[in-house]
Amino acid sequence: MNSRLINWFKFSSPATFYPLAGRLVPWFGGAAAVLIAVGLYMSFFVAPTDYKQGEGYRIIFVHVPSAWMSMFIYVVMAVWSGLGLVFNTRLSAMMANALAPTGAMFTFVALWTGAFWGKPMWGAWWVWDARLTSELILLFLYIGFMALQGAIDDPRRADRAGAILALVGVVNIPIIYYSVTWWNTLHQGASVSVTKGSSMGVIMLVTMLIMAFGFWAYSIAVALSRVRSVILERERDTTWVAELAEVRR
Amino acid sequence: MLEVADLECVRGDRRLISELSFTLSPGELLHLHGHNGSGKTTLMRAICGLIRPTAGKVFWNGEDSRKLGEDFSRDLIFVGHKDGIKADLNGVENLRVACALDGVSIDEKQAWDALERLGLRGHEDLPTRVLSQGQKRRVSLARLLVHRAPLWILDEPFTALDKAAVDYLQTVIKNHVEKGGMVILTTHQEVSLTRGHKKQLRLGWKGEGDV
Amino acid sequence: MFEAFLTIVRRDLILAIRRRSDIFSTLFFFVIVVSLFPLGIGPELNTLRLIAPGVVWVAALLASMLALERLFSADHDDGTLEQMLLAPQPLFILVLGKVTAHWLVTGVPLVLIAPLLGIQYDLSTQALQMLLVTLLLGTPALSLIGAIGAALTIGVRGGGVLVSLLVLPLYIPVLIFGAGAVEADVSGLGAQGHLSLLGAILILALLLAPLATSAALRVSAE
Repeated sequence: MNSRLINWFKFSSPATFYPLAGRLVPWFGGAAAVLIAVGLYMSFFVAPTDYKQGEGYRIIFVHVPSAWMSMFIYVVMAVWSGLGLVFNTRLSAMMANALAPTGAMFTFVALWTGAFWGKPMWGAWWVWDARLTSELILLFLYIGFMALQGAIDDPRRADRAGAILALVGVVNIPIIYYSVTWWNTLHQGASVSVTKGSSMGVIMLVTMLIMAFGFWAYSIAVALSRVRSVILERERDTTWVAELAEVRR
Repeated sequence: MLEVADLECVRGDRRLISELSFTLSPGELLHLHGHNGSGKTTLMRAICGLIRPTAGKVFWNGEDSRKLGEDFSRDLIFVGHKDGIKADLNGVENLRVACALDGVSIDEKQAWDALERLGLRGHEDLPTRVLSQGQKRRVSLARLLVHRAPLWILDEPFTALDKAAVDYLQTVIKNHVEKGGMVILTTHQEVSLTRGHKKQLRLGWKGEGDV
Repeated sequence: MFEAFLTIVRRDLILAIRRRSDIFSTLFFFVIVVSLFPLGIGPELNTLRLIAPGVVWVAALLASMLALERLFSADHDDGTLEQMLLAPQPLFILVLGKVTAHWLVTGVPLVLIAPLLGIQYDLSTQALQMLLVTLLLGTPALSLIGAIGAALTIGVRGGGVLVSLLVLPLYIPVLIFGAGAVEADVSGLGAQGHLSLLGAILILALLLAPLATSAALRVSAE
């Protein structure tokens, strides 16, 4: 066994991960604050006004990165769930647990900003566009995951049941997305396209990426601090938790 | 031979069993003792494979029972708290379904016979819904008479049974052990079981292990 | 192995026949839901003809979801589920048996009565036939996918509502292709593509859902 492998498994123990996560949270939190501040500044003041869509289009700098994050977090959650099922590590399930609310929040933000963007563009708060509909279904999947976890009392069973659901969901997401797209084109419904219609300038792309990285850092910071409280709650009877400075206080 | 190695089970927040090891050889009976909530049922379910232990393994004839999977379950009968019978099926149907699932095919005659030996004469073709608690228990225990699995894991098999049935079941268990079978059982009733190879295990006290 | 499959199917069918009211309650739920829409929307036949496939399919989704609650919970309560987990048979075969029986008891009646409900909506014979075919392909997939949700929520408080949260989003592709096939057929676009995709979903569900259900059952039995 090489030393790297040992290192990985070392951090899969909650007792070693807890302080590490504690050290990482401020860094990612700070990075998130800076990146999002810069990203917002750029999206409001630096990015040029779109000649077709006016000022209203600026909401896509929030909308698109959160839509990216919402999908990506679900995949990460499923990966953690799979790892937890295969290696039977407690921390993996806790990570999946901690990611779900953040993912649901980004899904909700994507839907909300999509509606705000749709009103001036299409004259309706909600259009049954393929992407928005898939995003809505993704929100349902997140809610189902959290509801299942919340309803099961035994944390070990909750973890594993949630993991199975996350894996079933991740297999289904492409099918759902494909079927919704098919349904949408067949009915010739409205197509809300973000990138088409207005040529995406370099500045716009950079702004969007900065926002995306900001959201990334935010998700990591929030998930890590949430996983820390999950660890504390689950491991409250162990000696290492009792010896923690912040617990003894 | 059954070997339990360093078993640890956690239920909810409580570590019920930790570092438990014992072996059970053919012709031996293991009587589990312990107060309510000491982990007897958990231990039995963990040995069966219904519960995944947090640490440790169960070996059957030297091989990991989890890896053996169906080959292990073929050698095992588990009678739990729940009778495992369908209320809308009658005794014979229940017994035949249970045996078919276990891969043992028995005909109607054998099923009637087993139920009759357990004192259910005249009740074999009633839906078990209308039977008393003790009679349901007997239907569920009838599997022991037709099955040839060497390892029996019986969780409180004597509950709800009357004196005659308890006596009969004791003879069945005794015969099984004498023929080289293995039995793990819990009971709160004072029962005289086989004299020969009987092991006792106490759970819930400081020093765990054979007594 | 096949023996065990048949045993489970036979057992569950006998049980269903002895408790016929369960079959009928699902069926009448389906009939009532479909009959409510004209009351809410108005009796205009042109509108009704347009929404009929969607309405029938949504009602089928809800009906098959309602029936899921009984799929494993009774077996869990009386301990037969435990015995199934310990039986020396591959668990997914037993799950497949349970789902088959469940579909025969709850899915097939829906398929059979759907044309009758289609007539209420003035569907053409061609559309009725297509509706029948899509339901025949789609309802087994619903039972298979639903079994995962049913297995995950065994013995969980508020299991019935929870199952709908878990399962309905997963049903969406079946709904889209099922209802879409009828519409496409009526509008002359041809339903071949829809039907193939529905078949593909069924095959995929047949391969993967019993495995996920087995894993979920093992987790829930602890």
